Amino acid sequence: MAGSLWRSTLSQVVGWVRRSSIQSSVSRRGMQTVTLIPGDGIGPEISAAVIKIFEAAKVPVKWEERNVTAIKGPGGRWMIPPDAKESMDRSKIGLKGPLKTPIAAGHPSMNLLLRKTFDLYANVRPCISIEGYKTPYTDVDLVTIRENTEGEYSGIEHVIVDGVVQSIKLITEKASKRIAEYAFEYARNNQRNSVTAVHKANIMRMSDGLFLRKCREVAENFKDIKFTEMYLDTVCLNMVQDPTQFDVLVMPNLYGDILSDLCAGLIGGLGVTPSGNIGANGVAIFESVHGTAPDIAGLDLANPTALLLSAVMMLRHMGLHPHADKIQTACFDTIRDKKFLTKDLGGNAKCSEFTSEICRRVQDLDGGH
Amino acid sequence: MASHSAVLSMSRLLSPFRGGLLGNPTKVFGTTLTSHRNKTLLTGDNIPPPAKYGGRHTVTLIPGDGIGPELLNHVREVFRFSCVPVDFEVVHVNSALETDSDMDNAITAIRRNGVALKGNIETKHTLPPSVKSRNNVLRTSLDLYANVMHCQSLPGVQTRHKNIDIIIIRENTEGEYSSLEHESVSGVVECLKIITRNNSLRIADYAFRLAREKGRRRVTAVHKANIMKLGDGLFLQCCREVASGYPEITFDSMIVDNTTMQLVSKPQQFDVMVMPNLYGNVVSNVCAGLVGGPGLVPGANYGQAYAVFETATRNTGKSIADKNIANPTAMLLASCMMLDHLQLYDYASLIRNAVLTTMNETRLHTADLGGQGTTSEVVQSIMRIIQSKGQLISEF
Repeated sequence: MAGSLWRSTLSQVVGWVRRSSIQSSVSRRGMQTVTLIPGDGIGPEISAAVIKIFEAAKVPVKWEERNVTAIKGPGGRWMIPPDAKESMDRSKIGLKGPLKTPIAAGHPSMNLLLRKTFDLYANVRPCISIEGYKTPYTDVDLVTIRENTEGEYSGIEHVIVDGVVQSIKLITEKASKRIAEYAFEYARNNQRNSVTAVHKANIMRMSDGLFLRKCREVAENFKDIKFTEMYLDTVCLNMVQDPTQFDVLVMPNLYGDILSDLCAGLIGGLGVTPSGNIGANGVAIFESVHGTAPDIAGLDLANPTALLLSAVMMLRHMGLHPHADKIQTACFDTIRDKKFLTKDLGGNAKCSEFTSEICRRVQDLDGGH
Repeated sequence: MASHSAVLSMSRLLSPFRGGLLGNPTKVFGTTLTSHRNKTLLTGDNIPPPAKYGGRHTVTLIPGDGIGPELLNHVREVFRFSCVPVDFEVVHVNSALETDSDMDNAITAIRRNGVALKGNIETKHTLPPSVKSRNNVLRTSLDLYANVMHCQSLPGVQTRHKNIDIIIIRENTEGEYSSLEHESVSGVVECLKIITRNNSLRIADYAFRLAREKGRRRVTAVHKANIMKLGDGLFLQCCREVASGYPEITFDSMIVDNTTMQLVSKPQQFDVMVMPNLYGNVVSNVCAGLVGGPGLVPGANYGQAYAVFETATRNTGKSIADKNIANPTAMLLASCMMLDHLQLYDYASLIRNAVLTTMNETRLHTADLGGQGTTSEVVQSIMRIIQSKGQLISEF
């Protein structure tokens, strides 16, 4: 009797010690730093909305705001400001709003610069149907993983003779292997059942054939995940008829660009689609993929959903799942309720009202403490 | 007209590797002869009159793989039943062989007859890269530069989007499908995408002429010129040049990823679309999916002198082959397009109306449309409707 009492006391003490050590490790880890790039146009207001919602949800995140405008570095090459680069390298996680690319500015697009600077090789876009926002397609739940560095977007073009232009599509073993490995790891970490490689190897035998071979090789190491391959045209055909048959899709750059936008269209457009870019060295930048919408900038009309869902993706990446689930539930409930919807979702609420409603729901979910 | 022939001869100069080396005497005579006939068919501008021996046309038939052979058998059945004055010259192509002799025979047969109806030939990509896709070889050898697909919502088919009516014109010979690849360093493969001014002008011209003939208001060029500035930039520039000659038709352009997004949300905004090869592949498959699937839409490949008809999405359908569940609509509508091309308009409308009437009887949908009918049941129903319209007296 005394022995069992002693044992239960001991287990309680051990449990308390373990819990407190976990808590202290959290507080030791404490606030994780995230580099925030508000962007242009509606960027600042939607970033402010996300910060407010995170505060309401008591997410342990410290924001470091940085600006990325292209500056000419030593040697004449365009680069992002060094303090932005240093902040990102330190924090490893970034959240980015829409950036505008001024035409004829002489420098490449900002997104391209960021991609090159941090070697962001994978673009991940989970497309999940939003319950409150009706589209002809319901029950969409798929993820597109797109190789982001090479392929058709290598930018190598020549004029051979006047009137004949050649563009080069580059596929390398290294990049294909890297993206395939990321796709399978993502599937495993997020409890996904299958990975489908999208290709056009019947026409582009060597290039897409190489990509496919690498995917098959990597699939050997991930026997718990089903691997299939499908032609690009078959995927497009089936996607518009029945998108529920797809799970995780991995593909080279151009097909990824087209398919990820196609899937975004299925769930309601770029205003509600999250997106994340994974780089080498553990850097991950999450972003909203819509434009800067200069016509509604500063008028409190913007829809922060895309940036918010990207921030939720970021929380999952950081392992803060409870907070992520809370914010996502609050957001989807608000949209489903239809009482506070921004103009693009079919309502006439202001951005601040929409944000406040989500904050209120988050606090309610928290139980008020 | 003179500019057309100038463009023609230029393209032949620049592409000596095309199959046109053998030359075709009817092509030379064709351009002068046909100008005297009143050709309302757009495709008939430079195509010589289809051969007619004893009042009957001969058409090359390539069964292909998968569901091709059974669907083409049904086409022959319907033609025999309706007393269509067309004889088929069947040419088999074995996709497992590594040699090209099969394809050469097929191409010669099409050159002889001028018109072909084909199923899709499977491309086994386990074979070495030197074995090119046979469908692609056929298209480039015969210079079938325009792939035309008309996507229309059919009243008897349940789809998420209604009232779609889009004509897609896709450049069929160059672009990403040039099959020029090499491995310069081990582990690094380069694939060349070729865009030429001549072919871009040619396809843009085709698109605008077709739009004008069909009374269409708007042509949209689909491209990715923000990334591929030189390649797609050249294509877009050619389209703009041609557009300036057609002031009654509105011309605009759209980037391909935005296009696919718009297609799944608001496809009714599109009228005629013109684009290079790969985007054409994507967009045509998306549109086919929107109107009800690969079993419904016919496609046509037109060249200067030849025309080949097939299903629009070019599926082999290996998994449903020989099971009597394939949808014969696409292949039958393609054969009607072929009959229009041969100027057998009455037969074409007869068969087309029968097919569309059967489509609207929902009981007779095949499995891909969610019904329970078999292929043979659908074909029987079509033949019954043809019989009820009375036999046509064939034209002499």
